[in-house]
Amino acid sequence: MKQKDIAALLDEPACAHNKKSKSGCAKPKPGATAGGCAFDGAQIALLPIADVAHIVHGSIACAGSSWDNRGTRSSGSRLFRIGMTTDMTEQDVIMGRGEKRLFHSIKQAVENYHPAAVFVYNTCVPALIGDDIEAVCKAAAERWGTPVVPVDAAGFYGTKNLGNRIAGESMVKYVCGTREPDALPESVQSETKKIHDVNLIGEYNIAGELWHVLPLLDELGLRVLCTLSGDARYREVQSMHRSEANMMVCSKAMINVARKLQDAFGSPWFEGSFYGVGDVSQALRDFARLIDDADLSERTETLIQREETLINEKLSPWREKLKGKKVLLYTGGVKSWSVIAALQDLGMEVVATGTKKSTEDDKARIRELMGRDAVMLEDGNPRALINIVRENDVDILIAGGRNMYTALKARIPFLDINQEREFGYAGYTGMVELARQMVLTIESPIWSAVRQPATWHVAGDSKAVVNEEINHA
Amino acid sequence: MPEILKRKKALSVSPLKASQTIGAALAFLGFHRSIPMLHGSQGCTAFGKVFFVRHFREPIPLQTTAMDQVSTVMGSEDSVIEGLKTIAEKNNPSLLGVPTTGLSETQGSDVNMAVSGFRKKYPQFDAIPVVPVSTPDYSGCLESGFAKALEAIIDTLVPLADDAGTIPGKRRRQINVLVGSFLTPGDLEELKDIIEAFGLRPVLIPDLSDSLDGHLDSDDFSPLTIGGTDVSELLTLGDSVATLVVGDSLHNAADKLKQRTGVDDYRFEHLMGLEATDRLIQALHEISGEPVPYKLERQRAQLQDAMLDTHFMLGMARFAIAGDPDLLVALSQMMAGVGGEIVTAVSPVNARSLKQVMADRVKIGDLEDLEQMASDNKAELLITNSHGVESALRLGIPLLRAGFPQYDTLGGYQKNWIAYRGARQLLFELANILLTLEKGEIHPYQSIYAQKTDFREHLI
Repeated sequence: MKQKDIAALLDEPACAHNKKSKSGCAKPKPGATAGGCAFDGAQIALLPIADVAHIVHGSIACAGSSWDNRGTRSSGSRLFRIGMTTDMTEQDVIMGRGEKRLFHSIKQAVENYHPAAVFVYNTCVPALIGDDIEAVCKAAAERWGTPVVPVDAAGFYGTKNLGNRIAGESMVKYVCGTREPDALPESVQSETKKIHDVNLIGEYNIAGELWHVLPLLDELGLRVLCTLSGDARYREVQSMHRSEANMMVCSKAMINVARKLQDAFGSPWFEGSFYGVGDVSQALRDFARLIDDADLSERTETLIQREETLINEKLSPWREKLKGKKVLLYTGGVKSWSVIAALQDLGMEVVATGTKKSTEDDKARIRELMGRDAVMLEDGNPRALINIVRENDVDILIAGGRNMYTALKARIPFLDINQEREFGYAGYTGMVELARQMVLTIESPIWSAVRQPATWHVAGDSKAVVNEEINHA
Repeated sequence: MPEILKRKKALSVSPLKASQTIGAALAFLGFHRSIPMLHGSQGCTAFGKVFFVRHFREPIPLQTTAMDQVSTVMGSEDSVIEGLKTIAEKNNPSLLGVPTTGLSETQGSDVNMAVSGFRKKYPQFDAIPVVPVSTPDYSGCLESGFAKALEAIIDTLVPLADDAGTIPGKRRRQINVLVGSFLTPGDLEELKDIIEAFGLRPVLIPDLSDSLDGHLDSDDFSPLTIGGTDVSELLTLGDSVATLVVGDSLHNAADKLKQRTGVDDYRFEHLMGLEATDRLIQALHEISGEPVPYKLERQRAQLQDAMLDTHFMLGMARFAIAGDPDLLVALSQMMAGVGGEIVTAVSPVNARSLKQVMADRVKIGDLEDLEQMASDNKAELLITNSHGVESALRLGIPLLRAGFPQYDTLGGYQKNWIAYRGARQLLFELANILLTLEKGEIHPYQSIYAQKTDFREHLI
C-alpha cells in the first residue's frame, strides 16, 4: 500500500479525531506501546465473515499466533474457524516465490473448502519484498472462478485501528454493491408493516450477543442486510449498499465504511451501542428516526416500553446486590461511555474510566454521565490501574482480557469486557448476564482466602488460636 | 446447618451405598501381608472383589467363610475356624481380618467365640493376629465399615501404654496418621510427602498408598497384600509424638487410640482446599517445630492463583454431589469455598458429620434421589461414583467421578484432591468440565429476513 493511500485512510472526515487530539490514531511510541498492528486490526474486523476462506499471506508468526482466537460466533458456516496461511519460507523470500505460493494457496483453499470467497491478508514480509497481492488475487479469481479479495494490511502500515479501516476499505472497494439484496420472501411481507433494510457496522457477535438483539429488529421489521462482520456471509456483505440506515456499533474503527456508503449510496448512519438498557432503546429509536417511518417509530416505542418493563423486573434482584458497588472501567472508545451508562443503570458507581481510544465527543459524553470531575485514564498501565483500585476501594475492575491477570494477581475482582470474552452482554437480555457475572466475581468467597496470609506467618500467638481451632477433639 | 431429609421410600433405586463389609475389607487391605476373610456366603466376597478389582485394577486378596445351608442353620463358627486355619496354614499372613456380613450377623454367629475356638484348637498360629469386626451390611456404609475395622484393629492390636511401656513422644519424629476411607492412595501419597517434608515419619493406619497404589512388584503372585502398614508398627503407636486423624468417621477410632496410647491428636474433617490444608500445615509446623518448607509455601500460592483463575467458572456453578458423609463434607466445603453452590447433596447414610455439609439439605438416599433432585434444582455438574454415569446421561450434564467404586475409568484411585496440589488439580478439572458446558452460550438465532442460506440450529 502506498504512503498516500495510508494517509488518505488516516484522514477520516467523519471521525471526530480528525478535528482534535488524535489519540486513537497517534503514532505508536517504541518501548511503550500496547495493542495490535494493522494486520491484526484488518483480520479481526473481517474474520467473523463465516463462509470466507481467510488466507494470511506471510510467514508464520502472523497467522500462527492469531488464528481461531476470537469469541465471535456463527449461526452456520464455520469455515472462518479454520486457520489458513501461506507460511512463507526463507526460500520463498529469497527466491521471490511468495506470489506463486499465494496463487497455489488460493487454489488449494478453493478446491478443498469451496468458500464463498477468499480474503487474502497481506503482511509485513511479502509487503516488503514487493509481492503484488492485488494482481495475484485478480488472476486467481479469474482462474478459479471464486471472488478473491486482497486486504493489504501489513503490520508496519500502522496500528490496529488503521487495519480496521483498511479492512472496511477493502469491503467497500471490492465487495459492497456486487450483488443486489435477495427479494423479500412473501412469507415475511406484510400489508401493514413496511420492512426496512439496515446494516450493523462494527458488531462482531461476540459470544453470540447479536442474537439477543436480532429478534427485536425482526419484530420491528428491520431486515439486517449485513452485520459487518459478526455472523456475516459474503453474500450479505455484497448487498450492504442497499440499506436505508446504518448503525455504527460501539466503534469508530470502521467509520470509513459508514461514510463511504453514505457518500456513494446515500444511506444515513448513526453511532450507537447495544450495551445497557438505555442504549439499546436509543439505538432502536435512532433507526426509526433515520428511516423516518411514523409507524415504525410508534411500534418501536411500544416495543421499548414492553422490553424495559420486562428487563427491569429481571434486573431488580441483581440491582440490589450491585447497588453502590464501585467500578473502575478501563476500556477504549465508545465503550468508555456506553458501558458507564449500563453500570450506572445497575446502581453502581463508576470511579474512573479509560479514555485511551476515546474521542472528544466520547469524553464529553463521559462528563455528562460522570460529572465534570470524572476521572479519565489516558494511560492505563497496570500499576496505575491497581493504584486507583486501592485508593478508591474499587469493588471490581472491568477491562479487556489482557488486564485480567493483572487484576487477579492484585487480588481484585474482574470482568472481561473485550472480544475474547465468553459471555454476551448486548441487548436487554445481555444486561442480566452482565449483572450476574459481576456479582459472581464480587461476591466470590475466594477473595478473603487469597488475601489471608498463612497462619504460620501471622506474628504473635497464632499457635494458640489454631490449636483451639483444629483440636476440636 | 443443613436439614437432613430421611429416607422415605421403600425401594432404593440405583443404590449409592457400598456395604460396611466392603469398607471393613478395604481397611484390612491397607496392611502388609494381610487378607480379609468375609464371614458370609461366598457371594458377599465375590461381588465385593469384582468392584475392588475393577476400581483398583489389581488382584485383591479376599477370602470367604463360604457359609452354606448347613452352617447357616447349624451354626457357622466352625466355618470361621476352618477358614482361619486354611489361610493361616497356606499363606501365613501377618493380619487376618474377619468382617461379618448381614448373613452371619442375622444368624447370630459369634465370631469372637469362633476366634477363641481357633486359638484353642490351633495354638501353632498364635502369632498370626486375627481381628474380627461386626459389619453387617444392613447398617452403615463403606465409610462406617472402614472405620469400624480400624476401631477393631486398634482395640485388638494396639497395646495399652501401661502394658507396653510406650511413652508419647519417645519417638520424636514418628507421627500416627489415622486416615478415613475417602482418601485415595493418591491422596495418601501426597499426605505422606507433606508430613515427611517436616522431617516426620508418618505411620499411616491403614496405608492403601503402599498396597493398592497400583505398582508392579518384583514378586509375581501373592495371595496376601503386598505393601501397606506393617502390623508390627501398631506396637509403637504409643511412642509417637502425635496423631493426625483425617475424617470425622474415625472419631471413635481416634478416641480409642488416644485412650490406649495417650498420644495427643489433631483431628481434621478433611484436607481439601486452602483452609483445610492450612490447618494441616500449621499442625505439622507445631508438631515438628520445623519451618514450613518453601515447596509448600509455593504450592499454597499456586492454589490461591488457581482459585482466582477458576472462580469465574466455579462461581455460582450448581453442583449435585452424592457420596459417603466425609467425602460429601469435603467436596461441598471445597466447592463452596470457591463460590460454587451445592444444590443437591445425597449421602447413603446419616452421620453426625453431615451437619458440616455446605448445602441447605442433605438427602439420605440413592442415585435416583440424586438424579431427581439434581434435575429439580437445575444442577450443572454431577459428582458421584461410576454408578452415576446413566443419571448424568439422562440429565444431560457431565459427571465427575468421585468415591467408590470407579469401575468404568482407569486411575480413579490415584487421583489426588487433597492438600494444595490436589485442590489445585481438582479446581482445574472442575473448571474445565464447566467450560465444556459453554455456559452463557447464546442460542443461534436466524432472522426471519436473513439472506443466509446455511443456518444450523445446533452447532457441532
